[in-house]
Amino acid sequence: MLIRSREWVHAWLLLLPALFFLFAFTHVPAVMTLWNSFYSTPRGRRPARFIGIENYERMIGDPVFWKVLGNNLWFALGTIPTSIAIAIAMALWVNDRLAGRGFVRMAYFTPTVLPLIAVANIWLFFYTPGFGLIDQAASTLFGWPQTNWLGDPATALNAVIVVTVWKEAGFFMIFYLAALQAIPPSLVEAAKIEGAGRWTIFWRITFPLMMPTTLFVSINAVINSFRLVDHIFILTNGGPDNASSLLLFYIYETAFKYWETGYGATLTVAMLAILCALAIGQFFFFDRRVHYK
Amino acid sequence: MTATDTRPGGQEILLETVSKVWGAHKAVDDLSIRVPAGTFTVLLGPSGCGKSTTLRMIAGLESADAGRILIGGRDVTHLPAAERNLAMVFQSYALFPHLDVAENIVFGLKVRRMARDEREARLKRVAELLGLSALLDRKPSQLSGGQQQRVALGRAIIAERPVCLMDEPLSNLDAKLRHEMRVEIRALQKKLGFTMVYVTHDQVEAITMADQVVLLNGGRLEQASDPRALYQRPETPFAARFIGVPPMNVLPGALLAHVDADLAAHKVGLRPEALTLAAAGPLAARVTSLEYLGADMLIDCAANGATFTVRLPGDHDIATGTEIRLGFAPQDLHVFDGTAGHRRDDLAMAAGARLAG
Repeated sequence: MLIRSREWVHAWLLLLPALFFLFAFTHVPAVMTLWNSFYSTPRGRRPARFIGIENYERMIGDPVFWKVLGNNLWFALGTIPTSIAIAIAMALWVNDRLAGRGFVRMAYFTPTVLPLIAVANIWLFFYTPGFGLIDQAASTLFGWPQTNWLGDPATALNAVIVVTVWKEAGFFMIFYLAALQAIPPSLVEAAKIEGAGRWTIFWRITFPLMMPTTLFVSINAVINSFRLVDHIFILTNGGPDNASSLLLFYIYETAFKYWETGYGATLTVAMLAILCALAIGQFFFFDRRVHYK
Repeated sequence: MTATDTRPGGQEILLETVSKVWGAHKAVDDLSIRVPAGTFTVLLGPSGCGKSTTLRMIAGLESADAGRILIGGRDVTHLPAAERNLAMVFQSYALFPHLDVAENIVFGLKVRRMARDEREARLKRVAELLGLSALLDRKPSQLSGGQQQRVALGRAIIAERPVCLMDEPLSNLDAKLRHEMRVEIRALQKKLGFTMVYVTHDQVEAITMADQVVLLNGGRLEQASDPRALYQRPETPFAARFIGVPPMNVLPGALLAHVDADLAAHKVGLRPEALTLAAAGPLAARVTSLEYLGADMLIDCAANGATFTVRLPGDHDIATGTEIRLGFAPQDLHVFDGTAGHRRDDLAMAAGARLAG
């Protein structure tokens, strides 16, 4: 009896440090956020007071909220399928026997290693109207006029999407490369003997067997599409006219630029709810298609 | 087609001076084999002898560095696996884990866009033949080893290809199942009439299943013949020692020089089961150890620095350290050339005649 209780004490002592930080920085803030979303923002001598769902009503009526939500949707649709497709293509390529394979793998992975802020600054130069790399190439090759890629509401978000795809594809490639190497070569050989070409082998064997990876990567990509906003600070600052602002960027602006913490908390709750729904939805959507070994 | 294509199903396979080199290592060295149409040929040899590489070159999964490969008279040396019109069973079975049994079996038919009705009819036939009808909607992970093996067989035979290759297909099964599958695969091959090339390192599988055994050693051909000839007339000391349990005793000819002085420079081979106790026998030896096996016993002997094994039927009252004399029938003496290593029937006949006389 004594030994059993001692084991309990030991177990809890070992769990305590991790639990402390987990609660202090994850669970308590999450609950506090939910709590704060029902209160007004405290200002000066005016303390926060309970206002029920007033913040949520404000959110429903806020055109900027719907704008950034739409932007975020477009951003997710623009980045996720493209970066996954590019990641698979790169993984298939560097998985083949090929001279300098290690070098190519490293080259693909480099964008992941670089800090996003630094990367965004480099891309800022690329996008510079007139003498940026992209404009120079476009004017020499096709004779296009100067374009302000980041300053035009029509192109700003797409320009940000390109940077994100470039950043993420190499990271996802590593997961696909690991998945490819876990597929026994005899499966591909058996398919070849049965008369399957490269295309058939990919769609009937390789791709289905990589489904667990696709599930993992796509959930991560969805979360990233809501989470990764560093480059927006450098590239566009959300502009012009919120054309490239994303939900998290809007939350940051509301909470820490305009100090509307109550409304910021409400927006955060909305984002968490969307993320939860998406993650759960993906699990159900993929469940029938994913084969786990 | 050649005149040997008598059976409807099979095609002849010809390897002409085929080689495969990995860096400095010659995995397959100048190998020429003929596999007659509709026969069961086993590629046999110790691990690393090049038998799997040879099979993979026939399949088109490895390219040949030199030589030609012909299937049914058609040069396939540079064709990809998909165009060689053959089936293969892998050691790991290579079943597609995300497809159920039925989809695994008809995979090749679907790839080749066979009509649905024909596909279903063939699937039904093959499933009945292999006793898989009740398992068609299971995933491979829900099957036992033996059942997985059957699914792999089903996938190989459903397309009714003229050639079937198998790479150690039974090595993952337990002993009892292995015996059953041996009988079954052989019966299946006889019934369907395709040409079979079967790789194994197990001499029992080779001897029991094959029409022709191709014995490989270090990437070279040691001997290609039917199982009986391989046992009764081994061409080299390696072939002699690879077939038969316990292996043949290959001894310096000097041991029998008192019978025939010509033997002194060569090697003589005597199977353990060919030796008998004989008071006036030509071979004197001392017993070093005994092993009692029930139906028979194995006796390790030493004579003039050479050691060899004798297999005697029944129970004999022999103690370790006893001096015994052994004899053998003249036709059981094998002689191998002392320098070239090949079989010397002329010397064996001469020595046999002296023994008899």
